[in-house]
Amino acid sequence: MYALSSFVAGLVFGFGLLVSGLVNPAKVLGFLDVAGAWDPSLALVMVGAVAVGAVAFAVAGRLTATLLGTPMALPTGRGIDRRLVLGSLAFGVGWGLAGFCPGPALVALGAGKLKALVFVGAMLAGMLVFELVERARSGGGIGPRDSAHPSA
Amino acid sequence: MTIDWASFTPASAVMGGVIIGLAVALFALVNGRIAGISGIVGGLLRPAPGDVIWRLAFVAGLIAAPLCFAIVAKPQVVVDASYPTLVVAGFLVGIGTRYGAGCTSGHGVCGMSRLSPRSIVATLSFMAAGFVTVFVVRHMIGN
Repeated sequence: MYALSSFVAGLVFGFGLLVSGLVNPAKVLGFLDVAGAWDPSLALVMVGAVAVGAVAFAVAGRLTATLLGTPMALPTGRGIDRRLVLGSLAFGVGWGLAGFCPGPALVALGAGKLKALVFVGAMLAGMLVFELVERARSGGGIGPRDSAHPSA
Repeated sequence: MTIDWASFTPASAVMGGVIIGLAVALFALVNGRIAGISGIVGGLLRPAPGDVIWRLAFVAGLIAAPLCFAIVAKPQVVVDASYPTLVVAGFLVGIGTRYGAGCTSGHGVCGMSRLSPRSIVATLSFMAAGFVTVFVVRHMIGN
């Protein structure tokens, strides 16, 4: 059931991305191009999504377990640090270069776009670099990060 | 600033946003999770027992969406970026969303819905970088 509802959530999410136009990089870049002929549509996507999402999270925040009885796994906020800002800036540059962010790229891949496949391949490579760097920093993934460099 | 009224699609934008919101609601209430796509995909590169199938299922749903949508309309995907640009862009999006712990879905939609200060800072950062990048590419290099 858990995986099925996950599949349905992905399917509905992808459907929403298609209806909204976010899957189309030309439309995304039209939104990001404030100095050119600006298409404000995507701001309204955000408004629609956040309006529904705000209600959902207000309810979810009161639950002690999911509707399936599994534990809630909502993130508990960590602080705002340099990683968060620099990572987000790098993401924004990539987003502005191609007009793809992760969800729409996967949906466009499903629509059979070769260019989306290339983008997703490069995205996975970027994510893998993050994994490998983080694993190396934490001493092969064993033990807390503090013990990465034992003084012998 | 000039508004491109010919491309402006307020009705489908709001409707699409509401559908995205419904997916987020389903995932939050039934799975107890944030529908953050970079996190869902990134977690597959750190596989843990019992933590793989639901991630693959969500990604499969995203990839299957165009098949479902094709019944209603033809998906429009116009990619102007060249292949080398796509490689650079994809890499930046991959590494950036992992260090930034989220993308347009996780920070932009879910985090903003929860009024998470972290997500607001992240969203402002990637939006600003996106605006500046498009400005540089289209109006400084492009001309």
